[in-house]
This record gives sequence, C-alpha cells and structure tokens, in this order.
Amino acid sequence: MKAIYSLFLVFALVLIALIGAGGLGLHYFFGVIVPYVAVLFFVVGFILRVVRWGKSPVPFRIPTTAGQEFSLPWIKQNKIDNPSTTLGVVLRMFFEVVLFRSLFRNTKVELYDGPKLAYASSKWLWLFALLFHYSFLTIFVRHMRFFTEPVPALFQWIDKVDGLLQIGAPTLYMTDVVILVALMYLLLRRICVAKIRYISLPADYFPLFLILGIAVSGIMMRYFVKTDVVAIKELTMGLVTFHPTIPESVGTIFYIHVFLVSTLLIYFPISKLMHMGGVFLSPTRNLANNSRMKRHINPWNYPVKVHTYEAYEDEFREKMVEAGLPVEKPLEEQPSESKE
Amino acid sequence: MYDSGKIITGLIIFVVLFTFPFWYNIGSAAYKQPKLELPKDVKECVESKEFMRTEHMQLLNEWRDMVVREHIKDYKSKLTGKEVVMSLTKTCMKCHDNKAKFCDQCHNSLAVSPYCWDCHVAPKGEK
Ligand code: HEC
Ligand code: HEC
Ligand code: HEC
Repeated sequence: MKAIYSLFLVFALVLIALIGAGGLGLHYFFGVIVPYVAVLFFVVGFILRVVRWGKSPVPFRIPTTAGQEFSLPWIKQNKIDNPSTTLGVVLRMFFEVVLFRSLFRNTKVELYDGPKLAYASSKWLWLFALLFHYSFLTIFVRHMRFFTEPVPALFQWIDKVDGLLQIGAPTLYMTDVVILVALMYLLLRRICVAKIRYISLPADYFPLFLILGIAVSGIMMRYFVKTDVVAIKELTMGLVTFHPTIPESVGTIFYIHVFLVSTLLIYFPISKLMHMGGVFLSPTRNLANNSRMKRHINPWNYPVKVHTYEAYEDEFREKMVEAGLPVEKPLEEQPSESKE
Repeated sequence: MYDSGKIITGLIIFVVLFTFPFWYNIGSAAYKQPKLELPKDVKECVESKEFMRTEHMQLLNEWRDMVVREHIKDYKSKLTGKEVVMSLTKTCMKCHDNKAKFCDQCHNSLAVSPYCWDCHVAPKGEK
C-alpha cells in the first residue's frame, strides 16, 4: 500500500509535467523557474539542516566498538574500527563514506531446524548500495557536459569510459544499466522481504520511485523518445549563465525529466536523503574513542551554584560548636580549649 | 554551533562543488548552438532536419545493422521517397564533406566522440 501510494505520487509528478509543459506549454515555468527554485531550496535547505545538526551537542563519545579499543600495551588495538587518534577517525570516515563500511557489516538472522538461530554475513545490500551510489555519482558528473562549454577533459573522459562497451548508437552507458539493476534490488528488497516491508514507510519508497523515475525518463530521452540534445544544452547553459532561454525544439520528455530532478532537489533536504550530509556528522563514526584519555566536558553544563562544606562550616561554626558537633576548623576565640 | 570550524568548512566545500556549473561559466560568453556548414548544392537531408537532429545516431545504427547483418543496401527516405545507399562514408559524408565543420561541431559541444572513425574513413583532408 505504501509502495503503491509512493508510486502514484511519482506518476502524479510525471503527469503534472506532462500536462504543464506538454499540454499547456508552460515551458518557461518548467524549464527555468522550477529548476532555479529547486536548486536554491536544495542548497539553502541543505545548509540549514547541517547547521541544525551542528547545534545539537554531543557531550560524550559514543564508541560503538566495532573493534578492540585502545587498551593495555599488549592488547592489539583495531586502529581503524575503534580509533583513538584523529588519523584513525579520518580513516574510519574514509571507509565509511567511500566504501560503506557499516553496510559491509550487515548481517542476517535466520531460524533453521526449528529453534536454532543463525547469524550470517549478508553483503548484497552493501554491494547494490555501492553500485547504486557510484552509478548515481557518475551520472551526475557526466551531466556536467550540459553545463560547461568547452567540456573539460575530465568529463569527456568519464563519458567515454562509461560508454566503453560501444553498444548501439548513442552508445549504451554502463551506469544506466547498473543504476536500474541496483534500484530494482533496493526496491524489491523492501517489497519482498517481509521484515523490511514491515518497517518500510512511504518515505522509503518515494525516493526510490522518484530516482527510478528520473533514471527511466533520462534513459527514455537518450535512447527512445529522442529530443534535440543541442537545444537542451542551450537551455541548460542559459540556466547556469543566468540568461535563461527556451529553445523551441526541446521535447516534453526533457521537462518531465527536469521536473522529477527538481522534485528530488526540493525533497532532498527534508528527507532521509540528507544522509549524504549526515554521514559526515554521525557521532558514532566521527569521534575518536578517547574517553579514557581526554576529559570531555558536557557543553551544556551551566555553572552550578555550589555551597561547599567549608563555606557551610564557616557559616554555622559557632552554632555547631555550641551544639557539640565536630568541626574541621576550630573557633578562633578559643583555640586552646578546642584543641584539648 | 559545535565544531563550527569543521562543519562550516565542509559546507563550503559542498556548496562550491555543487554550484560548480554556475561559477565555472562566469565570464564566458553566452552559449550559442554550434554553427554548422551545410551542403550548398542540395536542399534536403536524408530525412527531415528535425528527424536528423534527434535521430541520426539511431538511423546510422539501423543502417549499419541493415547492411552488415541483413545485406540490405538501399534506404527509402520517408521524406523524399528517394532511395539512398546506406553508407556512412559514401552517403552522409558525401554531402557533409567537412566532418570538422559539421559533425564535430555538435559532438564536441556535447562531449560525444563517435568511435566510428576508428575504422570508417572521413572525407579527405579533414579529421
Ligand atoms: C545538430 C548537431 C549534430 C550534428 C550536425 C551531428 N550530430 Fe551526431 N550526435 C549529436 C548528438 C547531440 C549526439 C549524442 C546524443 C546523446 O548524447 O544522447 C550525437 C551522437 C552521434 C553518434 C552516436 C555516438 C555515440 O557514441 O553515442 C553518431 C554515430 C553520430 N552522432 C554521427 C554523426 C555524424 C556521422 C554526423 C555528421 C554527418 C553527425 N553525427 C552530425 C548531434 C549532432
Ligand atoms: C543529399 C545530401 C545529404 C546526405 C546524403 C545527408 N545529408 Fe544531412 N543534411 C543535408 C542538408 C542539405 C541538410 C540541411 C537540411 C535543412 O536545413 O533542412 C542536412 C542536415 C543534417 C543534419 C541537421 C543539421 C542542422 O542544421 O541541424 C544532420 C544532423 C545531418 N544532416 C546528418 C546527416 C547524416 C548522419 C547523414 C547520413 C545518414 C546525412 N546527414 C546525409 C544533406 C545531406
Ligand atoms: C571496428 C571497425 C568499425 C567501427 C568502429 C565502425 N564500423 Fe561501421 N563498418 C565496419 C565494417 C567492416 C563495415 C562493413 C563494410 C562493408 O560491408 O562494406 C561497416 C559498415 C557500416 C555501415 C554500412 C556500410 C557503409 O559503407 O557505411 C554503416 C552505416 C556503418 N558501418 C556505420 C557505423 C557507425 C555509425 C559507426 C560508429 C557508431 C561504425 N560504423 C563504427 C567497421 C566499423
């Protein structure tokens, strides 16, 4: 139900662009205004989100021990999974951000032979997540050919490598295939695995369907519902040089694609997709486990008004002596008496 | 904000990277669609101009398959009804005899580099 709801939401978005840009001819709205608003919303929203996270204090280290912590000299420390130095943290973050180390640890729990419980390593999620993210990154970088003139060699090179298989014309990009396969895996995982379906929400399905919609509309535009690519470049270059123009021959499929991308940009800062910025701020990954070497002071400690015993005794010394209570500092008038 | 030094540095890097297309193009002249040198003695391409602009890669791919796999040599134009020989060098490049001033104009602008010329011969004198 949640999946279908999300799917229809994406269909609705396609329909909006189809009717708006295709039927009503609101090309300027869908080709210029919506993308600008989306980019602005994305950048500002992203910053506000991260700043809000930055404002929440992390008073102590959260050492999720994925390895032996720093201990006695003869016990070997796992310097990357449980680092006590900044260098170690940098390495741990590197493996987390670039290679998804946490997903690599994914395990699956199974009951077998009736009541026996077994844990096994499960690398599929890691593999497909990695494939998905790197395809997406490549596709994103490849799109820079629409935003630069002349196209820098780096982007030309990425384009060439991606089309290395030289299948058909225009050549098939490998990432187009990989991202679809990876997205299908991520989607089917949510739909077919009962345990994961149970915890999946529209907020999990919607981004998947949205990105699937973006990928499919892009692939359609490149291989099937062709449109004038040179005119598209004129439009996109107009956007980034702040001289927006709408060439005649740009097809509706382009506006659908751009509308879905704009939706993604707007949806990004207000959704779980913010894990892109969040991964850098995850306290269990980016703090060294040095609780026993360094004193971490709770940043929200306010100055507590203390009344020490000394001050208390100063205040009540006479009364205490009168009542026969022991005092640490004798009364000054009768030093000799109290001593004996 | 806590650790503001690190967080703000990170945010600046992010924003600079993300807005790359905007600052990369500062100062460069407004983009114009590449100027193409069209054949002078003929008026029409194999198909309509719009079709050629959007579909010429697919058309070439079909031609290649037809010739190499099916042994069909002639293509009947939907525009003029005339028959043309399906050949990259002998048909396309006979009219569009300057690759550098025609095909490459668009292709360079969009970082497309058809590998066809690894084997096929472009008209003489041009690359
Ligand atoms: C109006 C501009 C334009 C002209 C002129 C043009 N092309 Fe293209 N061509 C393109 C675009 C744009 C693409 C890439 C489409 C894409 O990336 O989706 C392309 C792609 C191709 C491809 C597929 C390449 C690949 O590796 O994906 C071939 C082959 C090709 N063109 C051949 C030619 C030939 C031969 C000529 C000259 C007779 C020519 N083109 C003239 C715009 C043009
Ligand atoms: C009979 C000569 C002739 C042949 C053969 C020919 N063309 Fe053309 N082509 C032309 C002419 C003339 C135009 C300009 C058409 C116009 O402006 O309406 C043109 C236009 C084009 C355009 C659009 C350029 C623009 O102004 O936007 C492309 C792309 C193109 N041709 C590619 C090809 C390819 C690829 C082939 C081989 C499959 C080919 N042509 C074969 C004569 C030819
Ligand atoms: C590995 C070398 C090679 C590459 C690369 C190559 N071709 Fe060919 N092509 C051939 C050969 C060989 C033939 C067959 C020639 C014959 O049978 O007369 C052929 C035939 C063709 C034909 C029909 C015959 C003719 O005279 O043109 C077309 C059209 C064609 N290729 C288009 C393309 C296009 C478009 C590309 C780039 C996307 C391309 N080829 C890349 C080797 C190549």
